[in-house]
Amino acid sequence: MSTFSTRPCVTTVPLLCAPVAAGFPSPAQDEVTEQLNLEHLLIEHPEATFFWRVAGCSMEGMGIHDGDLLVVDRAVVPRQGHIVVAALDGGFVVKQIVHRQKSLILRSAHPDYPEIRVAEGQELVIWGVVTWSVHRVAGKTLR
Amino acid sequence: MVGTSGGGQNIALIDANNFYVSCERVFNPGLWQRPVVVLSNNDGCAVARSNEVKALGVKMGEPWFRLRTLARQHGIIALSSNYALYADMSQRMMTLLGRFSPRQEIYSIDECFLALDIHDNVTQVGQTIRQEVANWLGLPVGVGIAATKTLAKLANHCAKKRPVYAGVCNFNTMDMDDLEHLMSQIDVAEVWGVGARGSERLHAMGVTNVLALRRADVHRLRKRFSVVMGRIILELNGISCLSLETVTPPRKQIQSSRSFAVPVYEPQELAEALLTFMRRGVRRLRQQGLLAGAMHLFIQTNPFREREPHYCQGVTLPLPSPTDDELQLARLVRQGLDRIYRAGYAYHRAGILLTALERATGQQDDLFADPVARQKNKALMDTLDTLRQRFGRDIIHVAGEGVCHRWAGKSANRSPRYTTNWKELPVVQAG
Repeated sequence: MSTFSTRPCVTTVPLLCAPVAAGFPSPAQDEVTEQLNLEHLLIEHPEATFFWRVAGCSMEGMGIHDGDLLVVDRAVVPRQGHIVVAALDGGFVVKQIVHRQKSLILRSAHPDYPEIRVAEGQELVIWGVVTWSVHRVAGKTLR
Repeated sequence: MVGTSGGGQNIALIDANNFYVSCERVFNPGLWQRPVVVLSNNDGCAVARSNEVKALGVKMGEPWFRLRTLARQHGIIALSSNYALYADMSQRMMTLLGRFSPRQEIYSIDECFLALDIHDNVTQVGQTIRQEVANWLGLPVGVGIAATKTLAKLANHCAKKRPVYAGVCNFNTMDMDDLEHLMSQIDVAEVWGVGARGSERLHAMGVTNVLALRRADVHRLRKRFSVVMGRIILELNGISCLSLETVTPPRKQIQSSRSFAVPVYEPQELAEALLTFMRRGVRRLRQQGLLAGAMHLFIQTNPFREREPHYCQGVTLPLPSPTDDELQLARLVRQGLDRIYRAGYAYHRAGILLTALERATGQQDDLFADPVARQKNKALMDTLDTLRQRFGRDIIHVAGEGVCHRWAGKSANRSPRYTTNWKELPVVQAG
């Protein structure tokens, strides 16, 4: 059973709510929604997302260059193959995490940087998962 | 009998452990497991202490110059406060916590109450909250759950102090005997709202622990103390007297003050400082859509310098009609300072207090005010707001504020504003 009113619907249309164009009406008028917002694309969990600056070129092979801006989402559970920001020996590094034969490997993406096997007793804390890398091409530098 | 609650409410009080220190640690592994203090403005006193520092017996608010020897002995790391970071982390934490209940009362920068009645296993939710805040933000929090706000505060205290609860203490699921035994071990001073003086008086009466206070005669104590004490006793018995204030009540006053990095002698310099504080106060006033009906100014010498002469004076200046006009207040700052300034003292601290606040709407016009001038001032203030939004909050100010600000000194050891400034983002090594 319908819950809508069966009364004839009277709608009043305000006059001159938009300037009357004397030409062909824009066919796109119905399609106007909202503008694309880059923030919505890059940030899935706003509270858990932090920006980091990259120093060094060891991750170039995976599209992360010196000076790039990283979007790091702490709400993402780190898995095999993720690129992460990790605290190792008192400093922060960006590496890919790989499990191999029960040990944790931190992998770089540059021929000059060999992978690091995390030794037993060595403290490694995965800080957050890198979800995007923002690389400047010709725009103005980030303030 | 199980449970203590009259109405069976599940109110949680969640707060971050050593909040400022914890925020600093998120971005600096060099601070993990090390004794760390955060100092107040101009590095005056300890305003946050890591557990390692608490274990050394350092008290809240202890002036830094008294800590120097201890700091050297134990390698205490002292940081200047970084309020941009703490405010941002706080906002993230409150938004995250707000997802667990539509009823949230943000009580301070690092704690909030949540009504958790919508959930089934409340203790489990408490654990989830702890886990999620740790994962998402890297901050350790404690959760106390009980039938009233006062009990929830107490449960939170237990969650933090007693490792057996693993960070979540739920009074509502505790056996009555166990709960009362626990209460008998906690000093009344820990009860929310009792305060140092109240606690002293209760001790003198023989009411030393929480259980004794819970069993005390409400009517007798209400008479001897106040309505507040009566309410505390009822709340300790699970009778809710304080409801969750989910809408933050408008501020009653706005204060902006600081201690100086170096002693200030000249009235000109004091005026600079007071004008700067006034502008900061007005910014907060305007952000909240409020007007001030009066302004209080104060200046004082350093109470810790025992050999120097002391002076401390304030003046309250009523406004002809409530205002948020920076220029009008600037004139008042100068007049007020003329009245309280005495030469020959080493001033250490100054501040302003905006009081008699009211909403900007529904304002009564001063009969003698010039409406045209008022409109002009409003337009000017709006322009200032726009400029500051675009170019930064210090871009424009009255000339009397000066530019040198010797008194502002430096926060010698402030960490970067990791989350609020593009130039100060944390750096990760790809090497």
